[in-house]
Amino acid sequence: MINKEVASLAEAVADIFDGATVMIGGFGEAGSPIELIHALIDQGATGLTVVNNNTGSGEVGLAALIKAGRVAKMICSYPRSMNSTVFPELYRSGEIELELVPQGTLAERIRAGGAGIPAFYTATCVGTMLEEGKERRTINGQDYVLEYGLKADFSLIKSFKADPYGNLVFNKTARNFAPPMAMAGAVTVVQTASIVAAGELDPEVVVTPGIFVNRVVEVPNPAHESVLVAEGVTYP
Amino acid sequence: MKSEKPTIGLSRDEMAQRVAMDIPDGSYVNLGIGIPERISRFVPDGCEFIYHTENGLLGMGPSPEEGEGEPELINAGKRQVTALPGASYFQHPDSFAMIRGGHLDLCVLGALQVACNGDLANWSTGGPGAIPAVGGAMDLVAGVKSVFVITQHCTKTGDPKLVDACTYPLTGPGVVNRIYTDLAVIEITADGFQLVELSPGVSFEYVAERTGAPLIPIPVSSAN
Repeated sequence: MINKEVASLAEAVADIFDGATVMIGGFGEAGSPIELIHALIDQGATGLTVVNNNTGSGEVGLAALIKAGRVAKMICSYPRSMNSTVFPELYRSGEIELELVPQGTLAERIRAGGAGIPAFYTATCVGTMLEEGKERRTINGQDYVLEYGLKADFSLIKSFKADPYGNLVFNKTARNFAPPMAMAGAVTVVQTASIVAAGELDPEVVVTPGIFVNRVVEVPNPAHESVLVAEGVTYP
Repeated sequence: MKSEKPTIGLSRDEMAQRVAMDIPDGSYVNLGIGIPERISRFVPDGCEFIYHTENGLLGMGPSPEEGEGEPELINAGKRQVTALPGASYFQHPDSFAMIRGGHLDLCVLGALQVACNGDLANWSTGGPGAIPAVGGAMDLVAGVKSVFVITQHCTKTGDPKLVDACTYPLTGPGVVNRIYTDLAVIEITADGFQLVELSPGVSFEYVAERTGAPLIPIPVSSAN
């Protein structure tokens, strides 16, 4: 019997190694797998390249991982947000590398990586400073730049419900980057608010099919980043 | 350069209302963060616009009532919003397929600078110590059918934001169609900044003086 459920957060992230590329779902706090990130902080892996749209807020979740010195490089589209101070300070002092990617290009690079497409052309960023170093090609009279697919050693994402096969459904705008990251991660780890029995998720509404998922861990009442930040919580 | 704060022209809400008047009924629209968000309050009677937020919601509604918001129902500015009847949620690649695939009719963005050839700079001042953050702006200007800019005509220090050539890093070259400011509505044409409409009580000379490239007057035949 296939059952992708693992018993603990610690077990779910146990094999993340130093220098790994880790995709972390979420757009701002929506969809951020805070409990998995905190387990990764406890686990200790360092020198990570992290792919996320942002760089976290306050000193919890992704911001706490960065604050702990575990992230060598961020690949993201918008590394400043409300209550985001950890990344800007490290960036200004040259202690963390940044690869800035337009948001749609980031999403498509992740999707492409997961779909076995090594690269694609897009009009986004043509004629801007983010085009520097990229190959340009004119197709049907319009200019495009070449962008490469992105893959990860691990993807950490959050879902609303999951079943033992790893089929997933999401909650509102928490879906964002989770489905493509599930595809692009060699090992995809999901924290979910509830694990239901096989057959309870209508196959017509499954968003991420279980083939893209390796591990599921149940976190019944996940924390909300904005609440933790408002309360002044820091991790660890 | 004029440095005094203009005491004439439209307020920010009036600017937002003016933009809303020009959005065709039934349009799919993406509103940028800041002043553009105000436009959603001014849908003209009899019109329906469907608002897209790039973090995965089509059919975005207004902010929730106090205490009824959800941390996982937010807009691109990461503020809590609502979903209207008929809304849909989707993943990021689909959201940007809507943008980059040319399915959205219009986006309305803020600006640091707009050049008379339609170049837009709105994501970075490029200054030392600035944290570069582009978000979805470059995708929007590259893919959406029509791009409006809503902005104050001049910076806080009185410098023109409508310029001959952008000095800040570009968001996209030649991408802007129309500019709505506190002083005027201006169309980008092959000949440069074409005045479309002056705000009440504002003269052509007043706007031209505060514009960093030649301003083409409204043709006499179409003036009224």
